[in-house]
Amino acid sequence: MRVIIVGAGQVGESIAADLSDAHDVVIVEQDPDRVEEINYSLDVLAVQGDGTSVSALEEAGVTDADMVIASTDDDETNIVVCSTVKAISDAFTIARIKNTEYLRTWQHSESAFGIDFMVCTYLLAAESIVRVVGLPAARDADTFGNGCVEMAEFEVGEESPLSGQTVAEADTYDALTFAAIVREEEMQIPTGETKLCSGDRLVVIGTPRSVRSFAGDVAPDETALSGEVVIVGGSEIGYHIARLLSERGVSARLLERDPERARELAEKLPDTMVMETDATDVEFLEREHIGDAEVVVAALDSDEKNLLASLLAEGVGADRSVAVIDQEEYVDLFERVGIDVGINPRQVVAEEITRFTRAGGAENVAMVESGRGEVLEIEVAADSPLAGKQIQESIHELPDDVVIGAIIRGGEYTVPRGATTLEAGDHVVLFVDSEHADEVSGLL
Amino acid sequence: MSIRVDYRASLSLVGTVLKYLTVPLLLPVVVALLYGETVAPFVLTIAVTLLAGGGLERLAPDPDIGPREAFLMVATTWLAVAVVGTIPYLVEAHGIPGLLSPIHPDSTLGNPANALFESMSGFTTTGATVLGSINVTDHTYGVMIWRQLTQWLGGMGIVVLAVAILPELSVGGAQLMDAEAPGPGIEKLSPKIAETARVLWGAYFAITVVEIMLLYGLDLAGMAGPNMDAYNAVAHGLTTMPTGGFSPQARSIEAFSAAVQWVIIPFMVIAGTNFALIWRALSGSPEKLWNDTEFRGYLGAMGVLTAIITGLLFTGGFATGVPEGATFDAAYLTEQAAALTGSLEPSLRHALFQAVSIVTTTGYASIDFDMWGSAAKYALLFGMFVGGSAGSTGGAVKIIRWIVIAKTVRRELFTSAHPEAVRPVRLGGNALDDRAVRGIMTFTLLYLVVFFLGAFVLAIDSTRVGMEFTVLELISAAASTLGNVGPAFYRLGPMGGYIPFPNTSKLFMVGLMWAGRLEILPLLVCLTPEYWRR
Repeated sequence: MRVIIVGAGQVGESIAADLSDAHDVVIVEQDPDRVEEINYSLDVLAVQGDGTSVSALEEAGVTDADMVIASTDDDETNIVVCSTVKAISDAFTIARIKNTEYLRTWQHSESAFGIDFMVCTYLLAAESIVRVVGLPAARDADTFGNGCVEMAEFEVGEESPLSGQTVAEADTYDALTFAAIVREEEMQIPTGETKLCSGDRLVVIGTPRSVRSFAGDVAPDETALSGEVVIVGGSEIGYHIARLLSERGVSARLLERDPERARELAEKLPDTMVMETDATDVEFLEREHIGDAEVVVAALDSDEKNLLASLLAEGVGADRSVAVIDQEEYVDLFERVGIDVGINPRQVVAEEITRFTRAGGAENVAMVESGRGEVLEIEVAADSPLAGKQIQESIHELPDDVVIGAIIRGGEYTVPRGATTLEAGDHVVLFVDSEHADEVSGLL
Repeated sequence: MSIRVDYRASLSLVGTVLKYLTVPLLLPVVVALLYGETVAPFVLTIAVTLLAGGGLERLAPDPDIGPREAFLMVATTWLAVAVVGTIPYLVEAHGIPGLLSPIHPDSTLGNPANALFESMSGFTTTGATVLGSINVTDHTYGVMIWRQLTQWLGGMGIVVLAVAILPELSVGGAQLMDAEAPGPGIEKLSPKIAETARVLWGAYFAITVVEIMLLYGLDLAGMAGPNMDAYNAVAHGLTTMPTGGFSPQARSIEAFSAAVQWVIIPFMVIAGTNFALIWRALSGSPEKLWNDTEFRGYLGAMGVLTAIITGLLFTGGFATGVPEGATFDAAYLTEQAAALTGSLEPSLRHALFQAVSIVTTTGYASIDFDMWGSAAKYALLFGMFVGGSAGSTGGAVKIIRWIVIAKTVRRELFTSAHPEAVRPVRLGGNALDDRAVRGIMTFTLLYLVVFFLGAFVLAIDSTRVGMEFTVLELISAAASTLGNVGPAFYRLGPMGGYIPFPNTSKLFMVGLMWAGRLEILPLLVCLTPEYWRR
């Protein structure tokens, strides 16, 4: 597939890096230095030019392109790029947008602006944070099949009753599959005899109810969101987190330093208590009992500030901290020094865009462990090697590290067992090592 | 000091309004003809109005008004129509030298101060009266209908009417309506301001007609009591909808049956509701009514007041003795107390009627509430400050302002505990601008200051001429005239009137009514030196 990416910013670059293995990627970028840099660092073609101009797009081969991803930092530019592409070719267009108003317009009529798919950075990041916040013990969570299947990653703590049990002992759920275990940075596919140790990270796939009750077993102390959420920073991500939480009936406190922005947020968020303050003011944190919060989400505009805010909040007693981390490389580091969960918005966007580039057309993709594993939702076609066969037979045609975690049949969750026969039209949610993700989605 | 306000343009527009005032003056002419009375008072009024209007109009041939001129024009218009409105009263009492002998020479309105008081009370829809004997035998039908007509014209607003019909007001129309319309800000219902004004007047007119027909229907069905006829139906329609309260009956609505009282209650409620809201509710989205914060607060305020007063009346909440200066005697008191105590329907009816009448600032009475005990009376005094909705014909402070104030107070209490919290004051989901909140606080404070000063001035003035008024009389008189309510207590009660005051006090109250109708600020603005300077 020929993919054109307009804009070689960090998002553009990371999407290009993700896609370059399996596809022909062309990048259009205005900055000549950046073009040179990309040409050396990635196995892609970088072209210097303005992505809104027909000549630059033609030079990039837009007429032969299957997909154009507009990923500059400017919403309006991305929209114009997509419209221009639609006017001169049939390529599938994806636009990355920050302003959610454009998303709303696009949702009204899904051909607006000539965009086939719109990815809203802030909204996606906020959604994944809210999922993590809503499942307190989870480090990561995502839903499939319109919410009837959930994937979550848990860490087995020292006090966890699961520590020391085998998978067979721990798996008392009808509707839950253990997809992967990450131990000492090593990803393995568990069998019934695999013993769970403290420090292991488990990827499970199942119904939301069973995932939730599993969460209760992993960490009995932090089952459901019972306390308060404090959001530090009224960035767009912070705003969407507060908005999504209030839609779920969770009222949060939001700290914002800038008076005008605080006022604006207070007007937009009637259920959220907006406070105009600097989150590094320890006296304030103590006076307002921020330490009593169950989760503190740091959504400030710099990674360092987020780290500081999270550590301060934990210092005064907050249970859990979630931070937005812009630099992908910092995620691991920050999690090591004390932040419980780090979310990288660009990675979230890349995940969302990746689902359109899978050859077989995965319906939905979630990355786990910073992209080392992927959870795919794939519709079983009539000519698929899975169709009409029992799972225990068909699984041999797939790479070893594939785990079928759930089957969605007619919108309902179905337990995948060895003897289950898959039918065309079923959706399967499977876990796969990223190395084989393209191969698997191509096969199915 | 050079004057920067184009007062000629303002006055010229006042002239235009006066000229057009001759059209409604045809109604009393028709009534006078119907009842075989002389039409001379009204013909003279028409002539004087045309002359004065035409003269003023010549000050500026093509008036162009900005925000400053709008204040002056609106304030002057109300004074001008009130002055012109005295002519029929004065002519009735004094006649026209050489042409017409006095029709009712003993009319209290022969005193120019009284005539101006009555006229201003009419146009501002206050309903406070100095008429003395209120009936159509001591006054002509024509003069009495003129009295009711002034209220009807003043209700939706003379300036709004002018905006609706005069194309030359289309540009500055929004400013004019804003200066006149009760409540903070105006609500445009259509892109063209004249169209909005026409919609408002159309709804006002239509509802008035419905009420007149209902009242007359009750009369035809024999359910209206002894005094209702076509004339009374029209007269009460004309004075309910503007929340005026000038009844041609000395006993006000007590003169009619319980059925009439029940019918008038909803019309008073409608009159105190935001007309833009009524219009929206009627044009297909009735849920807007219930979703409106102000409307809910409005019903709530009347509901609470009704519940309290019903309880007081039901358990015998009458004055234990006849207060000094009261308008009733002990026998009447005993009789009324016996009828109400322990009977739910009349207790509820009178409590509801009075609560609605006072809160909407209509000022009708279904009973002489002055004979109630002080608890119920103070409840009504409190009601005089509540007022109707913004954009209604009601007066006083207006519910919306109290709601905003209550929410602001709650916000301040909250932020005392959490100083960093940012809490915009919300109204029906929308955050209010803090400037708007400040404006509302300022207005309400100013209103209360004017009220206290007003009561004080009335006290000084009555002492000056050696008269003694009770505290309740003085403060209720100030609250009632400033709030455009009408009746007050004791001698100024619903069956009494404002005659006892000296002329100076009456003229002062003319000012209070004028200021109250314009919501003080447009009038005060015109009195500041900054207004006249650059």
